[in-house]
Amino acid sequence: MVHKHALYMALVSTVVLVVAPWSFPTWVTFILTKALFIYIGVQGVALFLRAGMVTFGHALFYATGAYTVGFSVKWFGFRDVLLLVPLGALVGLIMAALVGLIMARYRGVFFAMLNLAFSMILFAALLKFYRVTGGTDGLAAGTATFLGIPLPGSSFKFYYFTLAIAVMVTYVVHRFLASPLGYFLRALGDNEIRIEYSGESVRRVIYLTYILTGGLGGVSGVLAAFTIGHIVPEDAFWIQSGEFVFVAILGGFEGVLGPLLGAIAFEFIQNYASKWFPLAWQMTLGGIMLLIILFRPGGLWAIYEWMAGRFGGKLDGTTHV
Amino acid sequence: MSDGTPILQTEDVTRFFGMVAAADGLDVRVDQGDLVGIVGANGSGKTTFLNLVTGYLKPERGRILFMGRDTTGLPPRKITKLGVARSFQIPQIYTGLSVQENVLLSLAAQEGESTGFWQPLYRSRRSEEALETLERFGLKTYANRPVSVLPEGGRKLLDIALSFALKPTLLLMDEPTSGVSIEDKFQVMDTLVPILEETNITTIFVEHDMDVVHRYGRRVLAFDNGKVIADGQPQTVLADPKVRMAVLGRE
Repeated sequence: MVHKHALYMALVSTVVLVVAPWSFPTWVTFILTKALFIYIGVQGVALFLRAGMVTFGHALFYATGAYTVGFSVKWFGFRDVLLLVPLGALVGLIMAALVGLIMARYRGVFFAMLNLAFSMILFAALLKFYRVTGGTDGLAAGTATFLGIPLPGSSFKFYYFTLAIAVMVTYVVHRFLASPLGYFLRALGDNEIRIEYSGESVRRVIYLTYILTGGLGGVSGVLAAFTIGHIVPEDAFWIQSGEFVFVAILGGFEGVLGPLLGAIAFEFIQNYASKWFPLAWQMTLGGIMLLIILFRPGGLWAIYEWMAGRFGGKLDGTTHV
Repeated sequence: MSDGTPILQTEDVTRFFGMVAAADGLDVRVDQGDLVGIVGANGSGKTTFLNLVTGYLKPERGRILFMGRDTTGLPPRKITKLGVARSFQIPQIYTGLSVQENVLLSLAAQEGESTGFWQPLYRSRRSEEALETLERFGLKTYANRPVSVLPEGGRKLLDIALSFALKPTLLLMDEPTSGVSIEDKFQVMDTLVPILEETNITTIFVEHDMDVVHRYGRRVLAFDNGKVIADGQPQTVLADPKVRMAVLGRE
């Protein structure tokens, strides 16, 4: 039943996201583009949440991807996304492969805070080496191209490109979660002893997952750089990392698409809350987080599954609890 | 073993916890096809012996040989890979997964595909094998249920099934019947012993229930203060006044 709901959700959300730009005002397209690149980054955080591990430093990889674009534009004037997206993924993977050597030894609070520490080191470096990084001024990404065709960050074309990448990412994460490694990752929160006594290394499970999440962070950063057009050290700041965790919990991480629901909801909440309660929009976000944790800890995905169970059940003529 | 190499041999294996001798110069030899029961009072070193053999604890002195190969000091993961599997007094299972998924993970690990990240865990051949394993252990009806619905005896059996699915040469079981009601005790063993006999897996099981050892062990080792005080046929060992004194506290 869970699988059926997930497939249904995947189809519906793809169709909705494909037709969305034609049905809503243009500013909605921009918000959805932002939601999609946030979603890609959040997938990485959500993977570890499934193992009962939380990272407060995922912005490390997001910033890595963003600055990959920044330097490519600054040094080479190269801004073609067809190459930069895989390149951002690769640089993210390499960064994760290095940092992961240390990270795979830790769990719990230390895992969370060491990630934070690494991201803050990068933040400080980006801030201080202003000759290279532009310091607080950051770097300009300008307009992306796709095989030479310009794709402005707020255009339909860029939105569809981002959507295509998001679909690919979803497929990769889906395959990963269905694989032995994905199951071992979920089993890790339950019982590390049994994993080691199966001849598998818990550290290796964490390390390989970490590398994947680094790649996802890199892709997210590349898309963010071109959507916003500007790259700043705050991309590596802890608030950005906190946002990833917030979205993962808001959307829920049981289903592959929980983070998508979370990212879309987050972008709209942020947009409307800052419009209607400009002085209290953080309070709105805090209030929503409180409600989610108190009443639906499984996030929006759990609410969706509950509704799908109810209504799907009625259609089937079967009953669900 | 056709060449007569013992499956397991420990030489002078010693481990102290402070002043307490948990293993005191243990010389144990186990041959292919043995079904060995270990008895002893609480604290006599039964579980320590399993922890030493599987690498969870390192001996202060002595050597442990598995099929003639020195495994002293190797971590559990490496020793498991060589063919030593173990079950636990408190079942070590993945409570967040289904019963079948638990077994599938053992099978994937055994195939060396546990870190595959592209092919699914559920592959038809592997799923069939998992169901066959569950059927053997009488757990097939629970295959797609979460582990949380299993009764205690079922959890013990699943824990053993996870070790069994690793296709070990040597299987170690820590109190397979503890925490199981008296009526279910023999049922657990009646399920296990034919599987072990049929697959010819060399087995050592720790047990404090003398009835279980008497009925199912083909050879019994009695432990006391980290030493083997008797080794032989169940009838002989369990009738030994020295053993009865050490294990039961009376003759």
